Amino acid sequence: MKQHDLIVIGGGPAGLAAAVAARRAGVQDVLILERDHVLGGILNQCIHNGFGLHTFKEELTGPEYAARFIAQVKEEDIPYRLGATVISITRDKTVTYVSREEGLVQVGAKALILAMGCRERPRGALNIPGRRPAGIFSAGTAQRLMNIEGYQVGREVVILGSGDIGLIMARRMTLEGAKVKVVAELMPYSGGLKRNIVQCLDDFGIPLKLSHTVVEIHGRERLTGVTLAQVDENRRPIQGTEEYYACDTLLLSVGLLPENELTRALDVRMSRVTNGPEVNDRLQTDCEGVFACGNVLHVHDLVDFVSEEAALAGRNAAAYILSQLPAGDTVTITADGGVRYTVPQKLDPDNMADTVTVRFRVADVYRDRFVCVYCNGERIRRIKKRVLAPGEMEQVVLKKSELKQPLSSLRICTEVE
Amino acid sequence: MRELTCIGCPLGCSVRVFEEDGQLRVEGNTCPRGETYAKNEVLCPKRTVTSTVAVHGGTVSRLSVRTRSDIPKEKIFACMEEIQAVCVDAPVHIGDIVLPDVAGTGVPLIATKDVEKE
Repeated sequence: MKQHDLIVIGGGPAGLAAAVAARRAGVQDVLILERDHVLGGILNQCIHNGFGLHTFKEELTGPEYAARFIAQVKEEDIPYRLGATVISITRDKTVTYVSREEGLVQVGAKALILAMGCRERPRGALNIPGRRPAGIFSAGTAQRLMNIEGYQVGREVVILGSGDIGLIMARRMTLEGAKVKVVAELMPYSGGLKRNIVQCLDDFGIPLKLSHTVVEIHGRERLTGVTLAQVDENRRPIQGTEEYYACDTLLLSVGLLPENELTRALDVRMSRVTNGPEVNDRLQTDCEGVFACGNVLHVHDLVDFVSEEAALAGRNAAAYILSQLPAGDTVTITADGGVRYTVPQKLDPDNMADTVTVRFRVADVYRDRFVCVYCNGERIRRIKKRVLAPGEMEQVVLKKSELKQPLSSLRICTEVE
Repeated sequence: MRELTCIGCPLGCSVRVFEEDGQLRVEGNTCPRGETYAKNEVLCPKRTVTSTVAVHGGTVSRLSVRTRSDIPKEKIFACMEEIQAVCVDAPVHIGDIVLPDVAGTGVPLIATKDVEKE
């Protein structure tokens, strides 16, 4: 079995940035495994602009952003395999993959970086009643069909869910001549970025119906229409509010799920909130030498933060391989008071870097609140926030110097005045 | 009067723009960015247009493109019409000019990915 220092699973934005950072931190033998026939992952189909404002201080499209990182991988001469689907990983870091050229291959590594990304929540997870005609797509599938394969996908469209991909597709399909009739969102707030609501819906006069869902699918061969209804505070349809929309296409933009089938076989601790592995401030899972970053860890809004997080995972994997990664006891970061989760979930106070970025999401839309950090029961940070929303990831940067030693507890929460 | 949602930050202020004696007055913004945004949106709203064009003889059949800079919002559909008529030959590279002046805006349409010859 061939041995490598580091194997990166996934050649999307997270995997590319992690591999480059690990190489620049001194690891020579890095291998990227990618199941698609090109590097870049989901960025290849995200042809809209808005990427890279943090990383490159300019607005790029998805393919352009990916190309910058692919160029770095090539500059560093990092080997990668395309069309290579990893089918299992083990705690002793044996990776099994299949590819058309090589067949079934086993390779070993000193460290692994999990960068498999996420996938869309499918129709089957929604319990929408009705038939199963053609014309119902996840938003990302429609995006791929349109932007990569060049299909029109549909002419009259209803979109369920106001996630960013759904909003982006509302504009995209409108530009290509389709009539997007409505976007329905189950929750009383949108799951997408404000900017996308304005530039993808408002710009084209597409209505957004909050607290609405699809209660019936019509059509036998091809979709002919859907029935929408308003929902109450328990998200149950309200009788008498049903409204019929004729359409040939229904797009679902109802959430993303980190793709952790491989991770689960490692028997590492998983977060029930993020659906990703729990990690410490080095982005290491509780299987030593296995690191995670990007959407496999928790679903991000902005690729810039994926790249930043992945570079951190890459540097730490390098430190682990070069036996420079100290291992100490960790303190669990408690998330409550409206904070749903944090990444990382654990922090090693003795060996932490000078600053550690903790990212989190809140449970509901909050106005005029404070994000607070408590250390050993004492409040050390109180940051005023005009608005907090589940659709916008938040972060606090913890400084080692401000944390009390010895650290016994760390808590991040929101508080009203 | 026009009502807009500011996209300067996640706050998303609802701002109203009034025209009084040829002057614009903005209400509902919480910071100066809101005022700048609202005035620009009323006077000359601009957007970057992104789409794909057909490509011949390449490893893939579609080439992603964008306007090199923002164009006036009212030109979006005229721009799309020109984009839909374009077919380029591989190879094409990021930044290559696909159309020199899209919809009379003076802004070129450029490739946003590399497509090599098959």
